[in-house]
Amino acid sequence: MKKRTLRIYYVSFILVALSIIFFLFIKTFNENLLFYRSPSQITAGEFPQDYIFRVGGVVLDGTLVKSKTSTNVKFAITDYEKKVDISYNGILPDLFREGQGVVIRGRLGADGVFYAEEVLAKHDETYMPPEVADSLKMKKKTIEDTTKSMSIY
Amino acid sequence: MISYIGSFLILLALLNASLLVLSKPVLSKITSGYDALILSTSKLQFPLVLIAFICLIISFVDDDFSLKYISSNSNSALPFFYKISATWAGHEGSMLLWCLILSFWTFMASIYSKSLDIQFRIKFLSVMGFLNLGFLLFLVFTSNPFEKNISIPIDGKDLNPLLQDFGLIVHPPMLYMGYVGLSVVFSFAVTCLLQNDFKKEWARWIRPWALMSWSFLTLGIALGSWWAYYELGWGGWWFWDPVENASFMPWLITTALIHSLITCEQKSMFKNWTILLSIMAFSLSLLGTFLVRSGILISVHSFANDPARGAFILLFLTIVVGGSLLIYFRNSPKIKDNISFDFFSRESFFLINNILLVTATFTILLGTMYPLFLDLLGLEKISVGVPYYNAVFLPIMTPLALLAGYIPILFLSKNKDKKYLINHLFMSLLVILFLSFFSMIFFDNFNFSTLLGVFIFIWISFNIIYDLIKRYYVSNTRNVFFINIGMTLAHLGLAVFILGATIVENNKIEKEIVAKIGETIKIKNYAFKFTNLSQYEGPNYTGIKAQFLVYENNTLITELYPEKRIYASNDMPMTEAGIDPGLSRDLYITLGSLINDDVWSIRIYHKPFIRLIWLGALMMVLGGVLSVLSKRKRMKIAPLR
Repeated sequence: MKKRTLRIYYVSFILVALSIIFFLFIKTFNENLLFYRSPSQITAGEFPQDYIFRVGGVVLDGTLVKSKTSTNVKFAITDYEKKVDISYNGILPDLFREGQGVVIRGRLGADGVFYAEEVLAKHDETYMPPEVADSLKMKKKTIEDTTKSMSIY
Repeated sequence: MISYIGSFLILLALLNASLLVLSKPVLSKITSGYDALILSTSKLQFPLVLIAFICLIISFVDDDFSLKYISSNSNSALPFFYKISATWAGHEGSMLLWCLILSFWTFMASIYSKSLDIQFRIKFLSVMGFLNLGFLLFLVFTSNPFEKNISIPIDGKDLNPLLQDFGLIVHPPMLYMGYVGLSVVFSFAVTCLLQNDFKKEWARWIRPWALMSWSFLTLGIALGSWWAYYELGWGGWWFWDPVENASFMPWLITTALIHSLITCEQKSMFKNWTILLSIMAFSLSLLGTFLVRSGILISVHSFANDPARGAFILLFLTIVVGGSLLIYFRNSPKIKDNISFDFFSRESFFLINNILLVTATFTILLGTMYPLFLDLLGLEKISVGVPYYNAVFLPIMTPLALLAGYIPILFLSKNKDKKYLINHLFMSLLVILFLSFFSMIFFDNFNFSTLLGVFIFIWISFNIIYDLIKRYYVSNTRNVFFINIGMTLAHLGLAVFILGATIVENNKIEKEIVAKIGETIKIKNYAFKFTNLSQYEGPNYTGIKAQFLVYENNTLITELYPEKRIYASNDMPMTEAGIDPGLSRDLYITLGSLINDDVWSIRIYHKPFIRLIWLGALMMVLGGVLSVLSKRKRMKIAPLR
């Protein structure tokens, strides 16, 4: 009898431990999912509030402003419908330039400016981040007129 | 001309592989000489693909731009060595390299399998032949490197500048040696299932192959990490990028496999589990190929979006994984497993080791695949952030690392009573805790992660070395030393890696600032003086080179030259870091961008003990190779059958 109660304790302990681990795991997983939004969705208010997420688009010509004393930069990105202002403190990637597709991770401030933690524009000058390409796909003609970097699609 | 020979040889290799696959099922009914045919075709595969590969290299060196693959991956101004390495820099060539390495492993398996039962050997080589056939079909129909251009361009497009580097020359071949080496293990496991048996001797035969693949995989991953560190210019060594994960998952499973094989060999336990691990390991390396090559993941590793390629690999993946799992579930119940073991035994801790490694693999798999599924279903575009991996992976790996130091104690206390074990454990824990706390005075600020890292380092290395010495004294033969030195070294490598990784991640200093010529930037006891900026012409690029004088405690120790390069062929800017490497710290400078006139944004990093990460990996590789050598030696002492 004693052995049996002991075993019941063991099994229930393991089950409880496993469910706690599983719960924590799912929680961590959920908290670290980064959603992707286009500028149009952000203007329409479709974005996770108070969470870090990603936004992508094409860097709008003539919007890049660099600070002369720090690594602060400001620019705007667009999906050719709406635009979002971006503020970033850090070094931009090599392939960052106006007219280039970028994906940015960060948080939307109360002032409507997106505060970036990381800016990605990588590897290839003809490269368009797939998310950006997707959100631009519907307006294909505009894109063909505007940027040559869509040639892979 | 040369390229026609290459094309022809690929077709011959395809024919040869078909013969290898079909001999057993078709010819065995007609004649009895089919086994000789299988043995010779399995060896012939390698020279055929090798010559085809050499043909491709020669075409690259000759600037044969009539080939589509060469005109899009090379350029007449490309330096000689990069022309050679460009052979496997793009998709088609790297698939040819894959086929080459697969045929090489088939060749080796054919040569070294004489000790196996002939029926087993024939089936085993046929399964390998099937894999060869699959990849050659993929090569010929979707990614033929010998495909001609419709009109011959005057010059090629050039190789991606990121790939014009020593790291690229060696990283893919090493990684592929590991990935593809797992095909031997896989084929072996499938053959075991077909034979409904998994003998002890077979476990002993296959373990060196698993170890060899594991060593190559370790080396390949380490080289990739090192390359990313100095070439990408962010100073990171691991990004939890899906492509990295794709190589890390088979590594974890293979690590589990080489441990479970020990139990298989010594105690006839975990046979079915080991077979399943073998299937998983190769399946994950195929999955990695699928992810990287299909263009689903966009990164430096994927070159073009071609749905046909993705579809083919997916089909092949389904056949290989689905087929082998089907055989597994049908036949594995017939393989008798010995499953009684004591909880406080090495076997049970190996089981925990395996569970932890497999769990870690699945958490990575989830993080890698979940976003892809959501995207394919058109539900949501997400990515899984780095914090997820750190939060999930580290708690799983910590007990594993502790276990790595605990198992040796268990071994040496085999004949002693429990009291001895507890005493030893208690005393060593006390000493190691004291040492780890003591070592904290060398760090600027105390943090728990660093303490844990140092503790694990001392814990593993102390126990593993103590174990080696003890074994030596107990048996008093030099053989014991040679048989165990590989294992000892590999675990020491793990300890060194953990030490490096925890110290650098918790104590690194990263500064991103704006500076102009003449300015001095201070980090800790280092000062970096930005003294000069000059322009120069490289073979196929224009470079801007900055000069930094580096002072340590006010004495000049070195000069660093970070660069910015613009490659002529595609107008792509590239960052070359200026690095002063050292065992105890790396100093790392990269140029950001020109702000105005002579003002630049600059990254300056101080990375303590980052070299230990790759040193640890190299020790693991060496340990793996030594283990294989000593295994062979032991096999000579006690031959199979």
